[in-house]
Amino acid sequence: MNGASPPILAVRGVTMRFGGFTALSNVTASFPQGQLTAIIGPNGAGKSTLFNVLSGALPPTDGEVLFNGRSIAGMRQHHFARLGISKSFQITNIFPDLTALENVRIAIQAMTTRFNIWTPRSRLTEMEDRAAELLSDVGLAAHMRRIASELAHGEQRALEIAMAVACKPKVLLLDEPTAGMSPEETVEIMQVILRLAERCTVILVEHKMKLVMDISNHILVLHHGEFLAEGTPDEIRANSEVRRVYLGEGRR
Amino acid sequence: MRVTSTKSSPNLFNRLAEIIGRYRVLAVLVVLLIFPFVLPYQALAANILIYGLFALGFNLVFGYAGVLSFGHAAFFGIGAYGTGIAIVHFAAPWYLAIPLGVVAAGVTAMIMGALAIRTRGIYFAMVTLALAQCVYYIVYQLDGWSGGEDGLTGVTVRQVDLGLMHFSLFNPTAKYFFILAFVAVAIYVFSRILASPFGAVLEAIRENEDRARACGFDVRLTKWIAFVISGLFCGLAGALYAIHLSVVPIEVLHYHMSGQVVMMALLGGMGTFFGPFIGATVFLLLEDVVTTLTSHWQLVLGLVFMACVLFFPRGIWGSILRWIRP
Repeated sequence: MNGASPPILAVRGVTMRFGGFTALSNVTASFPQGQLTAIIGPNGAGKSTLFNVLSGALPPTDGEVLFNGRSIAGMRQHHFARLGISKSFQITNIFPDLTALENVRIAIQAMTTRFNIWTPRSRLTEMEDRAAELLSDVGLAAHMRRIASELAHGEQRALEIAMAVACKPKVLLLDEPTAGMSPEETVEIMQVILRLAERCTVILVEHKMKLVMDISNHILVLHHGEFLAEGTPDEIRANSEVRRVYLGEGRR
Repeated sequence: MRVTSTKSSPNLFNRLAEIIGRYRVLAVLVVLLIFPFVLPYQALAANILIYGLFALGFNLVFGYAGVLSFGHAAFFGIGAYGTGIAIVHFAAPWYLAIPLGVVAAGVTAMIMGALAIRTRGIYFAMVTLALAQCVYYIVYQLDGWSGGEDGLTGVTVRQVDLGLMHFSLFNPTAKYFFILAFVAVAIYVFSRILASPFGAVLEAIRENEDRARACGFDVRLTKWIAFVISGLFCGLAGALYAIHLSVVPIEVLHYHMSGQVVMMALLGGMGTFFGPFIGATVFLLLEDVVTTLTSHWQLVLGLVFMACVLFFPRGIWGSILRWIRP
């Protein structure tokens, strides 16, 4: 059902409760290696909660998160990042007062030298070169020396993706990467994401249905915190349950 | 007047600021070298050195990592007592006593940090304050070692022999330069730490803790290391203070001390390299001048401090930086 490739990331019976409210209830799903998986569902379906469980930001109330078959639920978030599970945020989340280059360099540094208190940063040219390369990849070559908070919204989102990629991710988690973007910016960032998907597994939460159908290989549908369906875009399109709760609302 | 001249020749000021920024260690040292000859008396100059170092160390957690600690008196005080006890009770030479004080402060910071670092914001300030008060009372009770309420007397280092160089610390100028030698090394090390990748991580945590965590940094561990490094610098300041005064008053551990260093850092400009030294200078000079005029010097100082926080929230040096680099 999941296609040929084994899952790199999987959840088994994950439940997430906040007080009396159950955001996810007994969700089991897997994310095949090397594919672009989209998590969709109507508002309040638990997409962001699942995203946070996958990225380690929220330890699930119950159930397991498996990375390459190994249970990682309950580990602290920076360990998730070091395993190669890298995320971008729904709200733009960068280091506002640092330059674009410094933003990316910090992210690279997390994978290499965390506690070097002696070498001047200026001598770490390798890191700087790689940061510059990553910024060019997302189309920010001209803005490297600018303060991040002064970049346009779309540019900040692109910067975030560069930062997520800087961690050399095996799995890249993107929470609504096109939120608040103009149609032109959306097209650009989608091309960036497709290029990233050639290098690593990408999991994204996205509202824009058409976009999801166009770019993903694998789709997971949630509804009211419960697993509804998973499969290829065609399978999802053909699934009558999904059409009833989600697609039926507008687009066909 | 300064403002108008800035407008007429912004390039010159920018250039100057850039040069000072690049050679910041050298800039501080040049000022500190001529310092004792400008001030009314050398003991005040030495005091400014010591408090400047104290504020510098404090600024690492406050200004760079963005964590407000209200317990830094503990590190200053333990540094002073560690050095003092080594000299008084064990007749240790100064070159052993000072590192001992620094290490003792570092160990105190490790323990306090480990207990406090899980909390954030105002809770962190409260927990560090409470722990520092514990240190105060423990030292106070151990009067066999610490001298209790009377403080530890007899911390005298008369003669310093450095192979070819001999000088007496009873000479205030010699003492000033003796202290300056330590402060100079400390400033250099501090500058290296700020410029290092670790310094970059601290800035990142101050800017956006969540993001730093998502990048894969252990925020808690990083903060703890910064806290311990900060404790070491403050401990050195305390150790030098003991030698400077030749007594260790129990007040070095009092929470007044923790409050003063916050004021100095804010006054000078938190998160700036020169800020802590400027803050300490202004604070101590004001104290020195105003005490001769009125016994209510703290009132005057309080008003100056309030004016500063209200009108120059970036502190003195932070505001100057703003003027020349708008």
